[in-house]
Amino acid sequence: MNSLANRFSTTGPINELRRAKSVLEDDEFTDSAWGSEAGFGSLAKGVPNFTVPSVPDPSAFLRLHTDDYADPSCRIKIQHGTTTLAFRFQGGVIVAVDSRATAGSYVASGTVKKVIEINPYLLGTMAGGAADCQYWETYLGIHCRLHELRNHERISVSAASKYLSNLVYSYKGMGLSMGTMICGWDKTGPAVFYVDSDGTRLKGDIFSVGSGSTFAYGVLDQGYRWDLTDEEAQELGRRSIYAAGHRDAFSGNTCNLYHVKEDGWKFIGNYDISKLHYDGPGETPGAGYGYDVRVERSAAIAVQA
Amino acid sequence: MSIMEYNGGSVIAMVGKDCVAIASDLRLGNQALGISSNFQKIFPVTDRIYLGLPGLATDVTTLREVFRFRVNMYTIKEEREIEPETFAHLVSSTLYERRFGPYFIEPVMAGLSKVATGGFKPFIAATDLIGCLNFAKDFVVAGTASSKLYGAAEGLWEPDLEPEQLFETISQTMLNAVDRDAYSGWGVVVHVIEKDKITTRTLKGRMD
Repeated sequence: MNSLANRFSTTGPINELRRAKSVLEDDEFTDSAWGSEAGFGSLAKGVPNFTVPSVPDPSAFLRLHTDDYADPSCRIKIQHGTTTLAFRFQGGVIVAVDSRATAGSYVASGTVKKVIEINPYLLGTMAGGAADCQYWETYLGIHCRLHELRNHERISVSAASKYLSNLVYSYKGMGLSMGTMICGWDKTGPAVFYVDSDGTRLKGDIFSVGSGSTFAYGVLDQGYRWDLTDEEAQELGRRSIYAAGHRDAFSGNTCNLYHVKEDGWKFIGNYDISKLHYDGPGETPGAGYGYDVRVERSAAIAVQA
Repeated sequence: MSIMEYNGGSVIAMVGKDCVAIASDLRLGNQALGISSNFQKIFPVTDRIYLGLPGLATDVTTLREVFRFRVNMYTIKEEREIEPETFAHLVSSTLYERRFGPYFIEPVMAGLSKVATGGFKPFIAATDLIGCLNFAKDFVVAGTASSKLYGAAEGLWEPDLEPEQLFETISQTMLNAVDRDAYSGWGVVVHVIEKDKITTRTLKGRMD
């Protein structure tokens, strides 16, 4: 009934897409046909528009082929397992993520960049559909720059995140999948917003997203204070991602750490999670985070005393 | 979700020159959550046979006891140690007894069998969860990382490896394969069986 109603209604996103599609088809010679869209893809026309499957219900068709939860043998698999976290404190914002991409039980990559550098003052994190996050957060970057040019002022983190949440909401039900944290520093100080593809947008001090988020929250909540020093905060971010990488099968490989301060974000480092387990973040061997490693260490100290 | 992925884990066995090796990971999980990094899946059956049981953890424990019982009964009745070939058929028929409600285990065996001239011949075998035997001449794999183990083993294994070379080959195969599998890892254990000694080493693997 719903699909029938959609078919004959003249409003709603599906019809807009159908209209956009017919416009695209009418335009016999697209920019790409003339040889160049100057690398901007569909953005060259100002508003992005997407070709959709020519079936009565395009989003149901897409879901049929991409929902690996309902059907594990589906053709198109979207990246799922992840751990990302961001928290606000006295010295700015810490953003830490893992780097594993899995397709089913297969570890497809261990070197994924899950922090998206929107501009020198804004960072976005990536969980859910990798392409969705990458595309829309880059797109958000374009609009943040346009805002700057129009208003001679940097966009606030709140406004940027609201732009993104309104945008993904307009595609609700079409299969977008993203759980992201928009982090930055504006006139109000350090800020973190959680935005997901359901349209949820939350302001907060601490967020963690992904299959390993529960493990990260455990460490994060235990060690968090507003007056953490920069070094303590970075260590907490790193330690939390380690905990998730260790326990969660779908998180791991390496940890990417960023620190946002008043003068913009800074990349702190890339840490191998297995090295964190055995040796810790520094160069001193035996300073690892691992349970067995710590127990052995404290036993050795007890023998000395 | 496959039942093999409920607890995760993988085993591989390889043939060398007058020796065999068998290796497994040490992870016990509850789906994505890692529970233990010291879960043994390989058990000695006799002085010259080792048995690997990757699959559902509850069945690992059960089958380990079932095989211990049956091998003891065989030893008492026959008044001699069981040979690897015989043991493989015992595994096969034990599993086929549960044809319509199987144990969720894919056993892997490695051992040295006596030959008429008095020497020993390397033996490896694997079965599926209802007991279809596979006697391979090079290597056998099983568990959640089996497809990755095939890839690594095809690339690294060669005939007539000496015990130390075989240890290196099976270790590299295992370590690299489990790093590409979300449900296996958290440490590796390797056993190399020779006619007069068995070497067991626990390897330092990735812990994520």
